[in-house]
Amino acid sequence: MTSFAETGPRTAVTEGIRVDKVNPRARLLKNIRAVVVIILALVGLIPVFAMGITAFKSRADVVAVPPKLLFEPTLEGFVFLLTDRSQLRGTTLAEAQENAEGGEPIGIFDRIALQNGQRINGPSDFILRLRNSLIIAGGSTLLSVTLGLFAAYAFSRFEIPGKDDLLFFILSTRMLPAVVVAVPLFLMYRQLGLHDTHFGMILLYTVFNLSLTVWLLKGFIDEIPREYEEAALVDGYTRLQAFFKIVLPQAATGVAATTVFSFIFAWNEYAFALMLTSNNARTAPPAIATMLGRGGIEWSAIAAGTLAFLIPVIFITFALRKHLLRGVTFGAVRQ
Amino acid sequence: MSNVTLQHVTKRFPGVVALQDVSFAIDDGEFFVLLGPTGAGKTTTLRIIAGLERHDGGTILFDDEPVDDYAPADRDVAFVFQQYSLYPTMSVFDNLAFPLRSPLRRVPVEQIRTRVRDTADKLRITHLLDRKTAHLSGGEMQRVSIGRAIIRDPRVFLMDEPLSNLDAKLREALRVELQHLQKTQASTTLFVTHDQIEALTMADRIAVLDEGCVVQMGTPDDIYDRPTTTFVARLVGTPRINLLDTARENGVLTVKGSSMELRALSQELPASFLLGIRPEDVTPDSEGEFAGRVALIEPLGVETILHVEIGDQTLLSLVPGMTPLRTGENVRFSIVPDRLHYFDNDGHRIQL
Repeated sequence: MTSFAETGPRTAVTEGIRVDKVNPRARLLKNIRAVVVIILALVGLIPVFAMGITAFKSRADVVAVPPKLLFEPTLEGFVFLLTDRSQLRGTTLAEAQENAEGGEPIGIFDRIALQNGQRINGPSDFILRLRNSLIIAGGSTLLSVTLGLFAAYAFSRFEIPGKDDLLFFILSTRMLPAVVVAVPLFLMYRQLGLHDTHFGMILLYTVFNLSLTVWLLKGFIDEIPREYEEAALVDGYTRLQAFFKIVLPQAATGVAATTVFSFIFAWNEYAFALMLTSNNARTAPPAIATMLGRGGIEWSAIAAGTLAFLIPVIFITFALRKHLLRGVTFGAVRQ
Repeated sequence: MSNVTLQHVTKRFPGVVALQDVSFAIDDGEFFVLLGPTGAGKTTTLRIIAGLERHDGGTILFDDEPVDDYAPADRDVAFVFQQYSLYPTMSVFDNLAFPLRSPLRRVPVEQIRTRVRDTADKLRITHLLDRKTAHLSGGEMQRVSIGRAIIRDPRVFLMDEPLSNLDAKLREALRVELQHLQKTQASTTLFVTHDQIEALTMADRIAVLDEGCVVQMGTPDDIYDRPTTTFVARLVGTPRINLLDTARENGVLTVKGSSMELRALSQELPASFLLGIRPEDVTPDSEGEFAGRVALIEPLGVETILHVEIGDQTLLSLVPGMTPLRTGENVRFSIVPDRLHYFDNDGHRIQL
């Protein structure tokens, strides 16, 4: 009798060993797939890459034809973006340059400004715009996810008269292009004194996002068996306690995915921000787009601004990426 | 522990009546089983008692006090679900401790720890306490579920087919354990099952439910030996009871479609009725008064099921051990006359 040790694989096949790790054909296929995915990702990243290098180009390099891939990096764009400067002339300029050469300690930003014959007066408005974006996007995300979560739970679990109609009504707010309501909204906001206020923008984005959050979260909560909550109810908890202790931890994935989606929407929104804000509550997107330098568009400043604008989104997506991946594939497989 | 009384409980779902005037009383410390096929309303009854579902009519009393308006938390019952009952984000320890941590109870942390240990010991799951519930086997999960119920002293245990998702071996083992636990703790238990063996082996009393109505209530003996309807007779006992269309003429009972004739024990039988014979009451016997042919043999080891053809009818016979008989052979057999069941054509028992 031949023992298994002679005929079988040298090491025990455990669950951890997958077909694509032993079979050379499967391994090759896997590698090809990986290469294709990497190429696609690189193609997708070209605009971001172009923006990234533009942010570090000097004024001359930005407009060079053909575009320069090798150049001397400079923080010029960031100086233009983040500071408010005034042009120096004649003797003042000569004096400042002399001082700088004489070893007077000045910061790197000042030095760059001076090379363009400018003096920094103080920080620009852009920081304020970013702050507004953070407050408005963060506030509306918090509100729409919180409200959406409770609404979704109610729709998922309770008998609500006219439930289907209500859900359709909520969804229907998404069915017309938002700009259709732009003018009425503008007039309404002016009448109500919500024009150019943080609260007004938070309210607006919350309303826009609610339909998305209610529907998304309802899908996630529907997938959580009721028995869990019912067990908690019987174990001596109220409905609300059961919700926080049992449902919420299991819905974490859905909440994370929904948070990212609604944050990105509010963060990127351009049209209403342009129309409903002017100064106090103006967010970054319209501010970047209308950034004009003296004597032409400051491409490097715009690129620098966009780069800075991307960072929070990248950060949030990265922080929640584990949930996000499960979130978008959730429900795709029937258990 | 408490006694539980249901009085005329009715529950309607859109389009169906789930429970129709259901009344029964469970005594303090009793193991009460609700037995019935799928859709009979067993789980609904359980959920109404737990307060997870509201009934449309009738009253539920715990210790003679109506609890109809109590929230589930305030009823102080323990529920063991068929599945999905362990909190997946928590460890086994936290699952067991969860009922004790309820703001209703305010059990001190030290006491929670001791009680979790004690319960885990009782169910032999101490080694699992630090595990996440997702990594447990089915049997371990159901042990933890039961643990979560017995960790506190609820007024009543409600168990909704807790064994039905387990494999046969495990089911048997847990059945014994559960019975032992219930007896040592003298807990009032309402156990729902569609498995007649579970019902017969564990119950002090059984209520048979069909289409939302209580068909029969009684001890396992009552249910098995004196089924009030053919429905109950068919539901309990494997192999199932032989039910034969029978006619009475003068003093002789003739099984239709066969040559089988019996002496009528009573003149009160109608002209046409159903004769019920339990398979264990049909014994092959060389001296037996009836003759048939062995159509099929199912040896189960401990016992053997014989399918005996008599005319157009097939009679099941249960014999202990293995049988020397072969398929196709002619066989003589006898039946136990005083263990026969008589049902009228509507399926109701005819009491002699």
